[in-house]
Amino acid sequence: MSKKFDYLDELEAEAIYILREVAGQFDRPALLFSGGKDSICLVHLALKAFRPGKFPFPLVHVDTGHNFPEALEYRDNLAKALGEKLIVRKVEDTIKAKKLQDAKGKFPSRNGLQTYTLLDVIEEFEFDACIGGARRDEEKARAKERIFSVRDEFGQWDPKMQRPELWNIYNGKINKGENVRVFPISNWTELDVWNYIKREKIELPSIYFTHERECVVTEHGQLMCTNEFLKLDETDVIVTKNVRYRTVGDMTCTAAVESEAYKIDDIINEIKEAKISERGATRMDDRVSEAAMEDRKKGGYF
Amino acid sequence: MKLLRFFTAGNVDDGKSTLIGRLLYDSNSISTDIIETLTRQSKTTGANSEIDLALLTDGLRAEREQGITIDVAYKYFTTDKRKFIIADTPGHIQYTRNMFTGASNADLAIILVDARNGITDQTKRHSILSAILGMPHVLVCINKMDLVNYSEARYKEIEADYLIFAQQLGLKTISFIPASALAGDNVVTKSDKMDWYNGPALLDFLETVEIAEDKRSEASRFQVQYIIRPQTDELHDYRGFAGKITSGSYKKGQRVLVLPSRIESEIEKIEINQQEVEIAEINDPVVIHLKDDVDVSRGNSIVSLEHLPKTEKEITATICWMDNAAFIPGQKILLQQNSFRTKAIVKEVISKIDIHSFMELQSDGSMKLNDICKVLIKTAEPVTFDAYAENRAIGAFILVNENTNNTIAAGTIN
Repeated sequence: MSKKFDYLDELEAEAIYILREVAGQFDRPALLFSGGKDSICLVHLALKAFRPGKFPFPLVHVDTGHNFPEALEYRDNLAKALGEKLIVRKVEDTIKAKKLQDAKGKFPSRNGLQTYTLLDVIEEFEFDACIGGARRDEEKARAKERIFSVRDEFGQWDPKMQRPELWNIYNGKINKGENVRVFPISNWTELDVWNYIKREKIELPSIYFTHERECVVTEHGQLMCTNEFLKLDETDVIVTKNVRYRTVGDMTCTAAVESEAYKIDDIINEIKEAKISERGATRMDDRVSEAAMEDRKKGGYF
Repeated sequence: MKLLRFFTAGNVDDGKSTLIGRLLYDSNSISTDIIETLTRQSKTTGANSEIDLALLTDGLRAEREQGITIDVAYKYFTTDKRKFIIADTPGHIQYTRNMFTGASNADLAIILVDARNGITDQTKRHSILSAILGMPHVLVCINKMDLVNYSEARYKEIEADYLIFAQQLGLKTISFIPASALAGDNVVTKSDKMDWYNGPALLDFLETVEIAEDKRSEASRFQVQYIIRPQTDELHDYRGFAGKITSGSYKKGQRVLVLPSRIESEIEKIEINQQEVEIAEINDPVVIHLKDDVDVSRGNSIVSLEHLPKTEKEITATICWMDNAAFIPGQKILLQQNSFRTKAIVKEVISKIDIHSFMELQSDGSMKLNDICKVLIKTAEPVTFDAYAENRAIGAFILVNENTNNTIAAGTIN
C-alpha cells in the first residue's frame, strides 16, 4: 500500500474515475464550463483522465451576458491553449428568440433564465451527459444529489425518485431525451478545491485574488461590484475596497468579500478562518428561500 | 492526511442527527450563516434547545416539512488529522435500501444505541446489514448516557448484550463508546462524568482508527474503463487502457492475463498523468499499455497471473432489492460491476435473509423492496470477480431494469 496516497490523491482518483465512466458510458457528453474554480479543476482533472487523447467532450459555456470579463478571457485562452472545442450559447439570444422577460430589480440576476439556454444547448447537441463542478458541501439540496443525477426531458431533478448509488458503480442508463448531470467533485469541499489548486499549481482568473474595486453594500451587508447591469439609486453608497471573489457567478448575483489575499496560501488561511459559508457569503440567489437551490434543480438547473 | 468514510445508522430518536450535528458544530465545521438559518428553523419547529442540530442533515423540503430524513445525505468535515465523509442514512423510511447505499463506500459504521433501551431490533438490523456489507469496523455508540446517570453498570450490560448478539455475525472489529450527543459527553472532548471509561472520545477514535484500505486484498485487479487512442500522426499507435487499480499493484514488464478472453500478455508501459511509472498501486488512475496487440474492451479485466479471480456465467450473491416494483421471475435485467455490464437473469431466489435474526428463511421466490435474498444469477457474458468478503471492489454489483433503467438491486458475490 502506497505511503504517499493522501486524501487529495483519493479525491482526484475518484474524480478521474467518474470522468472516465462518463466517457465510457455516454455517446455525447459535455463539460459545463463556467470559468469558475470548480470547473477549472474539472478541466485539469480531464487532462489527467484523457491525455494524450483529446477530451471525449466539448466544453460548453452558458454565457449569461453578466459574466465577469476576466472569467470570459480566461475561458477563451484556456480552450485555445488546450486545443479543445468550446461551445458558447448566450442567454441574451434565448431571451430574444423566446421573447422572455429579462430579470428585474436592483440586481437583475439571469440565474433563472440561464436554465432555458442550458436546456436548449442540451437539445441542440443532443447531449446525454453534462459534467458539472457542483459540490455537496455547497448547499443542502446538493448534499442529497447523486454523482450521476438523472434528469428527465425537461431537465428536472426529482429528489424522491433518485437511483440508489452504491460503491463506485455508476448507472448511466437513460432513455432518449433524458440526460444525466455528472458531478465528479461532489465529495470535495471548498478547502479541498483550494488545496488541490495549490498542489497542482492551477492558474485562475485574477478576480479570485485581492484587487481594488468599487462596490455597493447590499441590505444584507454583501459587497456587489458596480457594473452596468445594476440598477442603483442615489441612496446607494459606493465604497472602494480590496476584495476578491470566493465563487465566480454572475456580476449581478455574486458578491465579493473583503480580502488581502494575494496568494493561494492567503486564500487557504482565509477560508480556514472564515465563519461564513461559500454560498452564504457570496450568493444572493440562495437567499430567496430555504429551498431555493432545490427548486432551481427541479426546474432543470445544474 | 488520510480520508475516512463512515456512516451512521440509527434514527432521530437515537440522537443520530444530533450526534452528527455535534461533531460538526464542536469541530467548528459549521459556518455562521448556516447556524443563523438553523436558529431560525429551530424556532419554527419548536425544538427546546437553542439550535436543533438534527436540522443540519435534513436537506430537502419534504424532509424539513415532515421532520424526517428521506435520503442519504453526505456531510464533510476536516480536522488537523483527517478528512471525514459522513454518509448519514435515515432510520425511518426504506432504511435497508438507504443503509446499503450509505454503507457501500464506508470503512466504518457507527451504530447508535439509546442507553435507556439497550439493544433493540433496529440495532440488530443495522448490525446484520453491516455484516452483510463486510464493514471493516463497527463502532457501537451508546448514547444518552446522561439519561441513565452515566452508569457504568448500564454501559457494561449493553456492551455484554451486544457482544453476545454479534458473535454469529462475524464482524471484524467492534468498539464501544459511551456518550451523550446532546450534552456533548465523549463526542469531541472526553467527558468528566464517566471516570470509569478509559477509551477515547468519538472524534479522537475517528481520527486514529486504522483505515481499511491498509488491509485490502493484495491480488492485482484492474478493469478497463476507457481506451485512449489519440489517432494523431505522432501518436499513431498509441492505445492505452485507462482505469483505476482497485487492488494490488502492477509493474512494468509484468506478465498479465486479460479476462474474460484469457489472453496472456505483458505490461509494456504504465502511465499516470502522462508520466511513465515503474509501478502503480491501489487507487492509482492509470493508463496501461500491453506489449501485444490484443483485443481488450471496456469492462475487461487485466490481472496478474497469480491469485486469478473467478470468471463465471453463474454467480450466487446476496442482494438487496431496492426497487418499488417487486421482482418478476424471468425478468431480463442488466448486471453492472464497475465498468462491466452484461445482460442477466435471476435464475433462482435461493433464500431470504431475516434481518432481525440473520436466519436464512425458505424463499417463496418473491423479492420486494428492502428484501435481502440469496440468489443465483445467470449472465450473458462471464463476470470476472472475487468474493465480496475477500475483495469489496470487484465483488459487488448492481442490477438494472432494462426497461426503466432504474437500479433495482445491489449485490455482493458469495
